[in-house]
Amino acid sequence: MYVDPEIIRLLAFLIGVIAFAALNAAYLVWLERKEAAHIQRRIGPKEVGPFGLFQPLVDGIKLMTKQLIVPAGVDPVLFKIAPILVMVPAIMSFVTIPFSDTLVARNLDIGLLAIFAFASVNVLGLLLGAWGSRNKYAVISAARVVSQNVAYEIPMLVTVVTLVMISGTMNLSKIVGLQMGGFWHWNIFNFSASPLMPVAFLIFFVCMLAETNRAPFDMAEAESELIAGAFTEYSGMGFGVFFMGEYANIVIGASVATILFLGGWDCPFGLFPGVHWFLIKMYFLIFTVIWIRWTYPRTTFYGLLNLSWKILIPISFVNLILTSAMLKVF
Amino acid sequence: MSAFAESEAKETFVLNLGPQHPATHGVLRVKLTMDGEYIVEAEPVLGYIHRMHEKMGENRTWAQFLPNTGRMDYLHALAFNHGYVSVVERAAGIEVPERAEYLRVITSELNRVSSHLLWFGAFILDLGGFSPLLYVFDDREHILDLLESVTGSRLTYCYFRFGGVYNDIDGDFVAGARAFIKRLRGRMPMYHNLVTKNIILMKRLQEVGPISAEMCRKYGATGPVCRGSGINFDVRKHEPYSIYPEMDFDVPVYEQCDSMARYMVRMDEIEQSLRIVEQALDKMPEGPVMAEKVPKVLKPTKGDYYHAVETARGSFGVRVVSDGSNTPYRLKLRSPTYSNLSLYGEACRGMLLPDALALMGSLDLVIPEIDR
Amino acid sequence: MIDYLREIISGTWSLFVGLGITIKYFFQPVVTVQYPHETLPMTPRFRGHIELVKDAETGETRCIVCGMCQKACPSNCITVNGEKREGVKGKVLTEYILDFTKCSLCGLCVESCTPSAITFSKDYNLAGVKKEAYIFDLKKRLEAKN
Repeated sequence: MYVDPEIIRLLAFLIGVIAFAALNAAYLVWLERKEAAHIQRRIGPKEVGPFGLFQPLVDGIKLMTKQLIVPAGVDPVLFKIAPILVMVPAIMSFVTIPFSDTLVARNLDIGLLAIFAFASVNVLGLLLGAWGSRNKYAVISAARVVSQNVAYEIPMLVTVVTLVMISGTMNLSKIVGLQMGGFWHWNIFNFSASPLMPVAFLIFFVCMLAETNRAPFDMAEAESELIAGAFTEYSGMGFGVFFMGEYANIVIGASVATILFLGGWDCPFGLFPGVHWFLIKMYFLIFTVIWIRWTYPRTTFYGLLNLSWKILIPISFVNLILTSAMLKVF
Repeated sequence: MSAFAESEAKETFVLNLGPQHPATHGVLRVKLTMDGEYIVEAEPVLGYIHRMHEKMGENRTWAQFLPNTGRMDYLHALAFNHGYVSVVERAAGIEVPERAEYLRVITSELNRVSSHLLWFGAFILDLGGFSPLLYVFDDREHILDLLESVTGSRLTYCYFRFGGVYNDIDGDFVAGARAFIKRLRGRMPMYHNLVTKNIILMKRLQEVGPISAEMCRKYGATGPVCRGSGINFDVRKHEPYSIYPEMDFDVPVYEQCDSMARYMVRMDEIEQSLRIVEQALDKMPEGPVMAEKVPKVLKPTKGDYYHAVETARGSFGVRVVSDGSNTPYRLKLRSPTYSNLSLYGEACRGMLLPDALALMGSLDLVIPEIDR
Repeated sequence: MIDYLREIISGTWSLFVGLGITIKYFFQPVVTVQYPHETLPMTPRFRGHIELVKDAETGETRCIVCGMCQKACPSNCITVNGEKREGVKGKVLTEYILDFTKCSLCGLCVESCTPSAITFSKDYNLAGVKKEAYIFDLKKRLEAKN
């Protein structure tokens, strides 16, 4: 029987990507608890396994053994489909992310566009889940999340448009290819394209935090707010899947930031590029995301929207205009 | 942010900030009538932890009521001890030796520092920042260890007696207290850098929850709530008791009336309390820690007596009516947080819900003290 | 316009300062004590439940069954019973019941005891499943300790 090697390669990548996403989602919880603990000068999980490394497994078992309560009166289709709608786009975005110059599932020419298209479906999943829950407070909370995501998509996409203008392509592997050779070639230090590139990186990072509903923008899951959030009616593994979807989104966001700004799999001194550098940079960004969560208090909803509409959007447009001016002139 | 649509009838719904809630520090129920996101009316419902302390006072002897005073406001229990003990000494005419007065002030001010530190941690926790709470508990451990080495308890102290205090201190306590003062003075800039100057927190607290000075006067709010609205009233300065007249300290007063002002008042009070402890440790004389002729069965002269002390939350007043027997006839406890909370209903009108929660946190509520 | 830019710059700087503080604490050692693997020493004045003191000379309790502790207790936790024995001056203690479920550790009993027969113990590991486990008979405990 003749099997196309391309199909075998795709299957291997599919399994690899799902395994990577699942492992990350599980062990990012461990990383978060340990990092939060050390910031607060205590030790996090330590009893279950060495350094608490089996804690996520035990938590997973606990979530899976809980009863999947489907409240009466919910819309059954929407209620059950919502966690899937949050998880699947995140996994599908992995298809086009290049981990190194050879490790990529499908090197799409419009890879960047595909990733942002999938990211928007994530919000749809949250809204459908809240609507299907028939819970007044979940709907209010989900409506807030939608407006938060829309508000922060704009500066993120404007920044990405700036980058596409500089790189001339939307193919992620080629974008990294243009940044090879040492950290002075990376887009974050690309001052010949625009003097505001580090600021663009900061804007992208902040928008990434807001898109994935992480603190300080986690109004959707705020624990000390009255409204218990969009996930009120979910229990056990349904909640677990939402959670995993959130961590998968963080991984995607960190990978995209690494590729666009930090040179992907390039070594800072140009010596031995490879997938290890990609992973180091990605985990450094994830470490920073967790670090930020445990340092700052939460913004109010209006503060969050003000930040986006009044500060991030003007600055990103200024960056766009500056970049296009400099591209035209130089 | 839109204004109210005044023309049509408001469709309001009632939301229950229930007795079990992470943001209300204790069992407080607030019935909020909300119009969309804005609060139309807020009504605090009390009584979930009413333990009838005042009635217990009528059925216990004067000395047997002492443990109750530590259970009302467990965060600044020594000040409540101080209030009760002072009023009974006033009634029975007992003179307290000077060393005992100094010990009372030192331990009470250390307790005030620990209460403000915990308020700080819990307030920032309500706003979503989880780490300062843990840093604050680290500092509080030192105070609690110091006070445990003197009194034996860590939270609900029963240390003051009529005519003095129960135990004396030793050199270890003095050295430990001085080391702690130095340590906390080194840590306060860190708290200011991490929290006070943080732009997210400043946006969250500035111009949020304004409480005007007339509202404070109308409801009788005291403590940092009135001092954050520009009213300069501190019982330690205006109705001095114990050895406070000999201590040199300032009373921080801020004019802005918002949550940030109340926050800054409490942070400055921590520094002032450390100053008081330092001066008291320097000036403390040797001597006995209990008055000599305190009768075992106390029977104060008939009459009506009142004494107020300044706790971390405001002016705590105790009024006793004595009929010459060995139990009080009537014991009235004026709880500062009760008056502070009573202005919440009026102050909350027209606010957004997160702002109302920030206002509640800045009032520094301890519900067992309200319900007694 | 200038204020707007100044606020953005000072705000962003304050955020970085905050991050610097938390990362500094990240690399410092932990301050927690891993109980139950490690324990801390108790201070001498720690208030556990009360216990009878064993007198060094007689080897028994110093309690004279005066009942002052029973009268001083605000929560009626203490019941002291004694009997008169021949040849012994004063009463001899037969049982000293402390109902620890009601005790508030105020210390009024210890203070009121003239022969200093009771003192605070250092016992804090008190977890149990039945209420009866917390009705202590201090005389039996003293004898069991010998």
